[in-house]
Amino acid sequence: MSPAPGIVAIVLVTVATLAIGTWGLRFSRTTSDFFVASRSVNPRLNASAIGGEYLSAASFLGVAGLVLTFGADMLWYPIGWTAGYLVLLVLVAAPLRRSGAYTLPDFAEARLGSRGVRAVCSVLVVAIGWLYLLPQFQGAGLTLRSAVGAPVWVGPVIVGLVVLVNVTSGGMRSITFVQAFQYWLKLTALLLPLMVLLVVWAGDGTPPAAREVAGWSVPLADGGGQGLYLTYSLIVATFLGTMGLPHVVVRFYTNPDGRAARRTTLVVLALLGVFYLLPPAYGALGRVYAPELAASGRSDVLVLELPRLVVPGPLGEVLTGLVTAGAFAAFLSTSSGLAIAVSGVLTQDVTQRRLRGITAFRVAAVVAVLVPVLVALAVPNVGVARAVGLAFAVAASTFCPLLLLGIWWSRLTAVGAVAGLVAGGVGSGAAVAWTLAPASASGWVGVLLEQPAAWSVPLAFATMVGVSLLTPGRIPPHTRRLMVRLHTPEAVELDRG
Amino acid sequence: MGRAWRRTHLGSESDRATFRTLHTASLASPALREGLTTTSAERSIRHLRALLGTPALALTDTAGPLAWDGGGQQHHERRTAALAVATIEAGGTRSFDRSEVGCEVGGCPIRTAIASPLVVDERVVGTLQAFAPSPTAGLARATDEVAGWVSGQLELAELDASRTRLMEAEVRALRAQISPHFIYNSLGAIASFVRTDPDRARELLLEFADFTRYSFRRHGEYTTLAEELRSIERYLLLEEARFGDRLRVTLNVAPEVLPVVVPFLCIQPLVENAVRHGLEGRGEGGHIRISARDQGQEAVIEVEDDGIGEDPERVRRALAGDASLDSVGLGNVDARLRNAYGDEHGLIVETAPGAGTRVVVRVPKFAPGVSV
Repeated sequence: MSPAPGIVAIVLVTVATLAIGTWGLRFSRTTSDFFVASRSVNPRLNASAIGGEYLSAASFLGVAGLVLTFGADMLWYPIGWTAGYLVLLVLVAAPLRRSGAYTLPDFAEARLGSRGVRAVCSVLVVAIGWLYLLPQFQGAGLTLRSAVGAPVWVGPVIVGLVVLVNVTSGGMRSITFVQAFQYWLKLTALLLPLMVLLVVWAGDGTPPAAREVAGWSVPLADGGGQGLYLTYSLIVATFLGTMGLPHVVVRFYTNPDGRAARRTTLVVLALLGVFYLLPPAYGALGRVYAPELAASGRSDVLVLELPRLVVPGPLGEVLTGLVTAGAFAAFLSTSSGLAIAVSGVLTQDVTQRRLRGITAFRVAAVVAVLVPVLVALAVPNVGVARAVGLAFAVAASTFCPLLLLGIWWSRLTAVGAVAGLVAGGVGSGAAVAWTLAPASASGWVGVLLEQPAAWSVPLAFATMVGVSLLTPGRIPPHTRRLMVRLHTPEAVELDRG
Repeated sequence: MGRAWRRTHLGSESDRATFRTLHTASLASPALREGLTTTSAERSIRHLRALLGTPALALTDTAGPLAWDGGGQQHHERRTAALAVATIEAGGTRSFDRSEVGCEVGGCPIRTAIASPLVVDERVVGTLQAFAPSPTAGLARATDEVAGWVSGQLELAELDASRTRLMEAEVRALRAQISPHFIYNSLGAIASFVRTDPDRARELLLEFADFTRYSFRRHGEYTTLAEELRSIERYLLLEEARFGDRLRVTLNVAPEVLPVVVPFLCIQPLVENAVRHGLEGRGEGGHIRISARDQGQEAVIEVEDDGIGEDPERVRRALAGDASLDSVGLGNVDARLRNAYGDEHGLIVETAPGAGTRVVVRVPKFAPGVSV
């Protein structure tokens, strides 16, 4: 295999990203053609940006690999990652925007008026961010090895460096247009090769899977009660975890009001729905043309290898370059968004106390990127989608109860919130540590720790509600006023002060 | 050995008594700094009774009880009003004997009372009433001193409140501060278009109407950056009508920061200053650059002109609130930004004579208590 298409693709994506970040939508205007109203970010653009930041290596590479190896059960991953936005749309999007909060710790402070809750939230944002960054960097290692034959440590180091340069120089500082571009790039990078692959497959006379594995195409074919538990736990984690991801929430701030936030979420649902049709198709085609990848445990590179295996020659090389570009865009956009979110929290709550201004942010950014890169090099690969699934489980066990109860239950207290966050965080965190550690358990213990959401989410909700009910004297005095603000549409004339 | 060390470390017995007293006083002071209300009285009275060490203590306003701490609340609290009236009449600390306190309940430790008026700005706002089995000169002195200290805290509260009122009055003044020259010049410029270009004159008049409506808005301390920029846009359209090609404006706004909440009229005075400085005494006109950037947790807004610049020392004095200088808006904007977001978010002014002026505002995207 030749490394040329991969290198060209990676360089092109990097240059395009930097170029749009520097010049896109920033050209100067004079007053005569400048109108503020027409320039606010419209929901479609914002939705593309959310999609661009959200579709990580797990979506781009991981889903296809999981479907290839484990079959139809794994379709719950893309379904859950999309349906998370449905929950967000119905229960969270508009009130969260109306709260005026920029980050999750901001929301906690505005709702509960407590620095303590804010501190706990900040720790969780950093933890979830790092847990999410980890598989991005590991995926980068796989991609570069597959595309250009580099050693597996090169990927994390290169992506880490590019993200760091981007974030610290301000080149990609949450420029909506860059992230929107990344969504369409990722969609194209999967769609075009898939169409060629389908044509070839049809030309071959639609052959079935080379070696049919029993139950591959049937959900819950085996595993019995444990398999059922795993599936439900996965559904809980992905449906409820999306709202707690630090880089997703930040994007909602860009909407002018609650209504726009809802419309944005609706468009996100459509965009993700379209995108997630593609990876399972790769998984299914992989069953036909590349079953040996599943057997050798390298299923995460399926998307990258399949075009070359099915279409030999120059066309295959071009398609390989295209999917490599998409994968690289996936690492870049998600990692940048997460690195910005994590270093923002680190700046605000840690480094700003010692250092000033831009230095504080840069030091925070270095820490934010360095830690997951080092961990990515140190711990064994647990599978891109699995690791991201764990980040969702932690988010669902901590921020989901905080957001849902914070928005819809006026008797929540700061003490209750902290207790719930700690209970959910410790519960799901123990499961994460267990999974990343080399030890393993079998039977129900292993199953419960592999997918903690089904017990850790109810645990967090129960703790939060229970402790809040035990401390009725600690309900923040401004609760009713804030509730009115969260739930009243902006168009209604009302004293919100 | 260890005991001796500890004793010297923490001071002598009388030192420690002083520390305890100061600590108790510091516990009572935050509540009192909110002014004399039922809530603040209830939150502070426990600490005040600890200071005096009496069986019961009451805080009243001029008409009746606000809070009670200690025993005998049921049968004594209703009489505090009468004691308060008598104290206010006396105009100073006085004691009440058994007949005046009037307790019919056997075994009640409260037999006598000492009451001191609480005075703010030479006006009696309430009383502090200490109840004890027998009146002593020491208790009278202590009650008098504590009442004096409480009055001092209440005066500080009054000061805080008047500072806030002053700030609000300044915003109101700023709203009404559209300069008469601007109104006169704008209307003059519009009039010059009435015959030659009636459509443009009509548009400009509508812009003028919208501009004044925003500036004279009565409610709300905060607005969004989008609203503020829209008003600036109208202001610049009117100034362009007047100055024509002499005024060149470049706007560079990242759409991400438009929803950021900022103090009402916190950018517009800066733009007015820039227009004035950028064009003042310059036949060839000037160039104004306004930019708003997204910087993670903050939005950075810059207003820049290439005009005559300013002596940095004068700017420092204007920011310190010297009203004799012509940059009236500058000190006001700076004070309001610091008030809303803390001292690290004040205005940054970069200028020198002949080198133009750049004013930088850094606004956090979220700050507790700041919302439209």
